[in-house]
Amino acid sequence: MAAYALRRLLWLAPALLFISLVTFALMHSVQGGPWDDDRRLPPSVTENLDRKYGLDKPLYAQYFDFVTGALHGDLGISYARQDKPVTAIILSGFKVTAVLGVLALAVAVVAGVGLGVLSALNRNRWPDYAGVLFASMGSAVPAFVLGIFLVYIFGVQLHWLPTFGWDTRGGLLPGWLPRWQQLVLPVVTLSALPAAYLARITRASLLEVLRQDYIRTARSKGLGGGSVLFRHAMRNAAIPIVTVLGPVIAGLVTGSFIIEQLFSVPGTGRLFVQSVNARDYGLIMGTTLFYAAVIVVVNLAVDITYAFIDPRIRYR
Amino acid sequence: MSKGRAGPVVRGAFADVPARGYWSRAFRRLLHNRLAVAGLAVITLFALVALLAPLIVPHDPSNQDLAHTFASPSLDHPMGTDNLGRDWFSRLVYGARLSLTIGFFAQAVVLGIGLPVGLVAGYKGRAVDGLLMRLTDLVYAFPDLLLIILLRSVIGGSIFMLFLIIGLVAWVDIARLVRGQVLSLKEREFVEAARSLGASDREIITRHLFPNLTGPLTVLVAFGVPRAIFVEATLSFIGIGVNPGTPSWGTMVHEGYAAIFAFPYLVIFPAAAIALLMLAFTFVGDGLRDALDPRSEDAAPSLDAALKRQRRAEAPAAPETPQELPKAA
Repeated sequence: MAAYALRRLLWLAPALLFISLVTFALMHSVQGGPWDDDRRLPPSVTENLDRKYGLDKPLYAQYFDFVTGALHGDLGISYARQDKPVTAIILSGFKVTAVLGVLALAVAVVAGVGLGVLSALNRNRWPDYAGVLFASMGSAVPAFVLGIFLVYIFGVQLHWLPTFGWDTRGGLLPGWLPRWQQLVLPVVTLSALPAAYLARITRASLLEVLRQDYIRTARSKGLGGGSVLFRHAMRNAAIPIVTVLGPVIAGLVTGSFIIEQLFSVPGTGRLFVQSVNARDYGLIMGTTLFYAAVIVVVNLAVDITYAFIDPRIRYR
Repeated sequence: MSKGRAGPVVRGAFADVPARGYWSRAFRRLLHNRLAVAGLAVITLFALVALLAPLIVPHDPSNQDLAHTFASPSLDHPMGTDNLGRDWFSRLVYGARLSLTIGFFAQAVVLGIGLPVGLVAGYKGRAVDGLLMRLTDLVYAFPDLLLIILLRSVIGGSIFMLFLIIGLVAWVDIARLVRGQVLSLKEREFVEAARSLGASDREIITRHLFPNLTGPLTVLVAFGVPRAIFVEATLSFIGIGVNPGTPSWGTMVHEGYAAIFAFPYLVIFPAAAIALLMLAFTFVGDGLRDALDPRSEDAAPSLDAALKRQRRAEAPAAPETPQELPKAA
């Protein structure tokens, strides 16, 4: 187990290095530099600026500087935002994004797995059809479209919930959580797609397990439904569910770009979209690398959990 | 294969039952799936609207009429007008054209790259296979949308670039599927038979392997089209999709959302159009998967699949092929 974890951990470095190389190459393939503006700067000024930020060096040296900086937690500066360090900008929004993401993940797991189990236990009866309908709708309708319908119903028509903002002053947990009214719409919208996906996986996985002989054995021993479900069936049915947590979390990351934009939540996702719109390449590069690191680490954690639950995987 | 002879002659009780091919049977199964039929109807309607757009629209979709901004829905403007007085219904109709174009053309790129790479990787293996697998590992580790946004921020430009980007990111799925299928198919007897009769690699791939792939490929393309439409709508919604001014549902949602309190219909119409088309494609995709690959019924049950199971359970047990006896018995 420890050897497996270590081997997977050693894979982190080349993966991140590769992603940093690709991002760096992409950002430098763009025509025009950071000083191209509506107002042309005199060449002497741009030369000085280039020298100050090391842009006069050859590309491989710039890449080396970028990687060594990143290793020290310095992702460079944002050229569009008055020289603010990229790391500081990212971290300022990450707390919000992380809180939103963790809440959405919790809602998605509880709702998705719950619906999936309900569907599987009531196969081909109405709770199953309702669950499958939810799973199809949730995975078909894009998050921003769902969010807009929710805003229209609960914000515009019923006036029950605020339609934007994330103000943690005087919230549920000052500094961390805003008022619950502000939480509902972003969290529900962000968790709908992963919940639908998890419901689908859980249903299929549990149906497969319930067909096995050892479940019949457990039933014939006279065990009750709850005991069979939780002590025998769910243990094995959980394996595919854990496997898809990696893609689910990656989906939450990309989902946050749209949800934070839609509900004006001041997180890293909205920041990323803004930097893309402003073509702020320093910030795009830093944010991408940051996201890549988050996703690679999450995938690693999921894989290790997976190996922990399913011993067969360790010997591959 | 023998050329001069007709197909197998069936005598006896089944003589009057016409022999049906794989596709006609799949199509009949699809027609029994009510959701899939509804989906097909919606897609056909949108496709007709997209094709006949110039005949349908009451106004030029880009024409600004500053005397009639934010007009309420009326006979002249069925969905009202926006802040520049552009007819929202006309823009929605041209948006259908854009969405469907993106959906299908992106799949052409995806198939154009994914199919040959998958075939070669699965059939020839070795270097191409190794390279493909490493690449797919990397692409899978990275969320599609992040990669697409990143590429879009660098490549920008026309919508042709947009579906090129979508295709470049999505071809890996097809390549991986084709590779997997080819790997198992090439060991089967009919391929061995063809090879022992002297068929070349090209003949084996095009005449024997490819026809066996069309079912799974159809399902993947059926899910790929809405995926591309989704990506375009999402990119346009966050402001990096099509060029400003081009009628696109994502852009319309973005523009309409700003006025959701005062003029909610501006955002509701395009949002509903996206939702409707995406649902239609999903139902058709689910239906196709059930029809073409009956093993997958658990993933998405349909009334049709449930009935089939019942029939199978009621049928008298057929004499099974002799199975291997457990060695330790």
